[in-house]
Amino acid sequence: MIFRRSLFAATAAVALIASAGLAQAQQAQAQQAQAQQKVQIDFWHGLTQPLGGLLEQIAADFSASQPRFQINATFRGAYPETMVSSIAAFRAGNAPHIVQMFEVGTATMMAARGAIIPVHELLRTTGVAIDFNDYIPAVRGYYALPNGNQMSMPFNSSTTIMFYNKDAFRKAGLNPEQAPRTWAEMRQATAALKASGHACPFTTAWPTWAQFEQFSALHNVPLASAQNGMEGMNAELRINSPLHVRHLTTLVDMAKDNTFRYGGRDGAGDALFASGECAIIHASSGFRARALREVPGGAANVGAAMLPFYDDVAGAPNQTIIGGASFWVLNGGPGRVRSADEQRGIAEFFAYLARPEVAAKWHTDTGFLPVTRAAFARVQATDFYRQNPGADVPVQQMLRGASTENTRGLRLGNMPEIRVVIQEEIERAFQGQQTPQQALDNAVRRGNEILRNFERANRS
Amino acid sequence: MQKRVIFPNKILPYALLAPQIAITVLFFFLPAGQAIWQSLLMQDAFGLRVEFVWFENFARILKDPNYLAAIKTTVVFSSAVTVLAMAPALLLALMADRQIRAADTFKTLIVWPYAVAPAVAAVLWLFMFHPSIGVVGQLLIQMGVKWNYALDGNQAMLLVILASAWKQVSYNFLFFLAGLQSIPKSILEAASIDGASARTRFWTVIFPLLSPTTFFLLVVNVVYAFFDTFGTIDALTKGGPGTSTVTLIYRVYVDGNNNLNFGASAAQSVILMAVVIALTAVQFRYIERKVHY
Repeated sequence: MIFRRSLFAATAAVALIASAGLAQAQQAQAQQAQAQQKVQIDFWHGLTQPLGGLLEQIAADFSASQPRFQINATFRGAYPETMVSSIAAFRAGNAPHIVQMFEVGTATMMAARGAIIPVHELLRTTGVAIDFNDYIPAVRGYYALPNGNQMSMPFNSSTTIMFYNKDAFRKAGLNPEQAPRTWAEMRQATAALKASGHACPFTTAWPTWAQFEQFSALHNVPLASAQNGMEGMNAELRINSPLHVRHLTTLVDMAKDNTFRYGGRDGAGDALFASGECAIIHASSGFRARALREVPGGAANVGAAMLPFYDDVAGAPNQTIIGGASFWVLNGGPGRVRSADEQRGIAEFFAYLARPEVAAKWHTDTGFLPVTRAAFARVQATDFYRQNPGADVPVQQMLRGASTENTRGLRLGNMPEIRVVIQEEIERAFQGQQTPQQALDNAVRRGNEILRNFERANRS
Repeated sequence: MQKRVIFPNKILPYALLAPQIAITVLFFFLPAGQAIWQSLLMQDAFGLRVEFVWFENFARILKDPNYLAAIKTTVVFSSAVTVLAMAPALLLALMADRQIRAADTFKTLIVWPYAVAPAVAAVLWLFMFHPSIGVVGQLLIQMGVKWNYALDGNQAMLLVILASAWKQVSYNFLFFLAGLQSIPKSILEAASIDGASARTRFWTVIFPLLSPTTFFLLVVNVVYAFFDTFGTIDALTKGGPGTSTVTLIYRVYVDGNNNLNFGASAAQSVILMAVVIALTAVQFRYIERKVHY
């Protein structure tokens, strides 16, 4: 009897679930049918969670805000993988409409005429207007031709700043509200941290980005000739200048007396600060969210400050450059041009991204820069910066000093490969296998070979 | 009088061979041919501008001092991986071949690592040996070893060798075990009766009789070390510090996949293909003579 009843209950439950499932499927089908009437636009991005989810939400919000276009945002691995897979997809003739590309892929994309639709052309053919004059110059300039023509859509931009552990500063007898401003003060502060028993006073994430690319802009010296490659593909690296050698010597000396620890390539150094092991780090402003969450002691224990500089260098400190990514419009494949409808949808999506409320929300949610002045003003009007001290450091660092040919950005072909070469050579210097001068001479020689290869493969 | 077997049908043998030939052509000869063709081209990332450059890619690579250094690294890496993947496997197989309790469990456990993907295996080793978060890494530092493979080329090399070899031990173990089990027990018993010690039995009976297996595994392991290890290197060291763990296959991967320099990558893979063909030929020519089937 009991068995029978439970059997009946089970059957009922199964029937119920099945009908619920059916209803759900019908609903999904209806949604799909509706979505199919919309123009489908594929968008590949390279942001991991939680950032990727926030980006997909923006795409979903746009799709819901109008009836004609549907943006399908999908994660395709980190930036380098997204770049490689979208290029492979283009070669195979099924590229996404929009791809998010990190800043150092800019030169490669710009050289790919025929594969990309420049944003300024897209806006002209579709008649959609975006006011790029409102964008922060360093953000806009990185993705524009020297004549001002916008090539890609700036979106998530960051810069390098300094984070420090306030507890460690207190223990070392340093003022936790006053970060070192110059490299001389850095040496003093790290020595005090070491004396107080801290095993790792200072590390850096993104060694080439933070200590060479940003360093050059901060001191208003060129990283490469031809205005950092903006002027043409014939650029040559300039990182074996006396100032660059001086800086690498500083880092090598600090590594020798254990006030600096090389934390590894790319973002590997982040973990050393997040765990509380290192007291100071130079890292992406986008690292902020992770630092606040993971550093022992939480938000109250994390200080943010601008990057230190050599105060005897004329012109320092100048503004820094950006990192991050922008959105590129791709044709479907060789000879497969986008339809007018598709172009219209892409352009309207970009216009949506430029809205102050969208850009401002992205900034406050993620820690990336507010890319337009209107978005920055919008956030300033709230009490966000009062509640989140240090969140405006990257913006102020970007707007300090003057916009010069050294701060507009970098446009070097095969830049990811060049970054690896620089890291390889400075690692040899940290191991004591070569002097800082030799390291940077080698990096320049090898980097220039890469640049010439790029020039060769992309001529005509 | 000799009896000869002749197939009267001229087509059937080819038809029976066709599937195998089709697979070989599709998956081996075509890609190899494509690699050779690509190695003579220079093109941009998107394939919009392609230029035939004869042997310029080869000339550029062979002039690069870092490529010559990678050859040296590869020799060290491959021989170390081959030895470290085969010797422990043989030892484990000898152990497992004896009458022991729960032998099947041991065998299963030893075979497990082979199912682990290279990148995952590398992450496992990373979690053990990372100087800040790794258990073994922290232990080493507490013991006074200056352990930081991000900055010590020899330590980095050791780590990638161990991680690569570890993954291959299971595979070798299986073959060694099968080889051991096919040795007739009567021969071993005869040796025992003659008064041969375990050591003598191993070197005079078991090892020579295992030689076909050992030779096969030597070829397979050299090929593995040459071709299948870039995932482990990429996940552990990315070729660093400096270029101390950049092997030939890792360079092929980086130049083709990360740097999108297809011409250079193809040229390197053609060189690598030639090297491995030569190496295998040498192995068959000279080492196989010492193999008793």
